[in-house]
Amino acid sequence: MLTGIFKFNHTTITLLSLLVLLGIWQLAASVANSLTLPYPAHVAQVFWQATQSGELPYHLGVTLLRLLVSFSIAMVLGCAIGVMLGKNKTLDAFFDNWLVIFLNIPALVTIILCYVWFGLAESAAILAVVINKLPNVIVTIREGTRALDKDLLEMAESYRFERKKTFVHVIWPQLHPFVMAATRSGLALIWKIILVVELLGRSNGMGYQLHLFFQLFDVASLLAYTFAFVAVIQLIEWLLLRPLDRKALRWRR
Amino acid sequence: MNDITISIQDKTYRSGHLDDRQHQAIADLQLGVGRNEFVCLLGPSGCGKTTLLNMIAGLDSHYQGHIRIGSQAATAKIGYVFQNPRLLPWYTVRQNIEVVFAQTPPAALIDALLADMQLSDVQQVYPERLSLGMQRRVAIIRAFAINPDILLMDEPFVSLDAPSARQVRNLLYSLWQQRPHTVLFVSHDLREAIALADRLIFLSPPPMRIISDIPVNIPRELRNDEAQIEAFREHLLSQHPAINGLL
Repeated sequence: MLTGIFKFNHTTITLLSLLVLLGIWQLAASVANSLTLPYPAHVAQVFWQATQSGELPYHLGVTLLRLLVSFSIAMVLGCAIGVMLGKNKTLDAFFDNWLVIFLNIPALVTIILCYVWFGLAESAAILAVVINKLPNVIVTIREGTRALDKDLLEMAESYRFERKKTFVHVIWPQLHPFVMAATRSGLALIWKIILVVELLGRSNGMGYQLHLFFQLFDVASLLAYTFAFVAVIQLIEWLLLRPLDRKALRWRR
Repeated sequence: MNDITISIQDKTYRSGHLDDRQHQAIADLQLGVGRNEFVCLLGPSGCGKTTLLNMIAGLDSHYQGHIRIGSQAATAKIGYVFQNPRLLPWYTVRQNIEVVFAQTPPAALIDALLADMQLSDVQQVYPERLSLGMQRRVAIIRAFAINPDILLMDEPFVSLDAPSARQVRNLLYSLWQQRPHTVLFVSHDLREAIALADRLIFLSPPPMRIISDIPVNIPRELRNDEAQIEAFREHLLSQHPAINGLL
C-alpha cells in the first residue's frame, strides 16, 4: 500500500522535489529574516523587473554569445588536433607534455595572463576561455580516435571509400559519443570560467553583473540572475543535447 | 588467360614481439585464377591466408612481387567478405549495402540480392539486432552488390553452428551460380571447400607456398549431395596423405 502511495510519475516527482526545495528556502528566509537571504517571491519579483527592463536579457545574451564563440572555436580546434594526435604517435608523444601542462594551469592564471598580455579586450577574454577548454577537448577526442575500429577502417579501404566518405560514414559516428562528452563537460567548464573572465575584465555579461551585485550586497538580484543562468543551461541540455544523443544512438541495442 | 595473377616473391613482417624478429609469411607464391573461377585456399591457421587476401585487397602493400586483377590493377573493384561481418552498426542492413557505392546505389539490384539471401524483411533493421548468420549474409550481399572484379572471402562461415553454416553456404552457392564472379575463398573446412570450389589450393605453414592444386570435378547439381562430397574427400585424402596433417 505504501508503495502504491509513492508511485508517482516522473513529472510529478520533479515538480514535488522543486516545491520542497522552494519550501525549505521560504522557511530558511523567514527564520533568518535578513536582507542577505531574500524570500523566493522577492527574487521572482526582481527577476521579473530585470527581465522587463531588458537588463537581464542583455547581460545573459552577451555571456551566451561569448560562450557560443569560445565554445565553437575550442570544439573545432580541439576535434582537429585531437584526431591528429590520435592518429600520429610521434606528434602525440611530442605534444602530450604540453597537454599535461596546459591541463594543470589554473583557469585563473590563464585569464590573468591573457588580460595582462593582450589587454582588457574581447579577444583576450575569448582566448582565455578557449585556452582553458581546448586541452580537455583534445584529450577526449584523442581517446576517441585511438579507439576507432581498425576493422571498419579496413573495410572502408578495401571498398575504396574516399577520405571524406570514410570520415562521414565510418569515423564520425564512432567519434560522436566522444564529441558529445566533450560538449557536455566543455559547457559545464566554460559556464564557470566565462563568469570569472567577465568579472575580471569585461564591463558587461553575467560575471560583470554578479560582481556588481556583490559590491552592492544585492543578493536578490544575484539569485535572480543565477536562476536565469541555470534555466538556460537546462534548456540547452533538453532542447539540443538530448535530441542529438537520441538521433545518433538510435541504432544501439 | 588468367583473370588474376598473383606472384609474390617475399612477404616479411615484424613479429611485434619484444625480440622484434622478422617473420617471413610468404616465400614464393605463384597463383593464377581464371575468370569466374571459384578457388578455395586451404591451410593451417596462421599460415598467412588472411595476409594474402589483405594484399590482394590492397590493404597491405609491403611485399615484393605483383598482383594483377583483370586489366587494371590499381582500380580493380574488390568485394571483401571478412571473417567478422564488419558492418557499420549505425546503419541499417540496406544502408550498409548502399554505402559502398560511389554513385547512386542500384535499388533493383539490392532488392534482388536481399531477396536471394532471404533478408528482404530485415532490410531496415540495424545489424546488431540480427543473428551472426544474417549479418554474414549482409556482408556477402555487400560484396556481390558492387559487381566486383574479384570476391575475397575469409572464412565467412566460421563460428556459425552447422545448420546456419550450411544454410549460408547454400545461399552463397546459388547466388554465385546466378551471378558468376571470380572468387578466392579461404577456409579450413575441407568439406565446405569441396562443396563450393572449382579448385582447391593447399597451402603450407609459413613461409607459405602452394603444396597442391586440385580441381574439384563434382558436377554443380550434385554439390548438395553429402555422399558425393564425402567420397571426394576420402579419395583426396588417400591420394594426398600430406593434406591430412595440414588441416
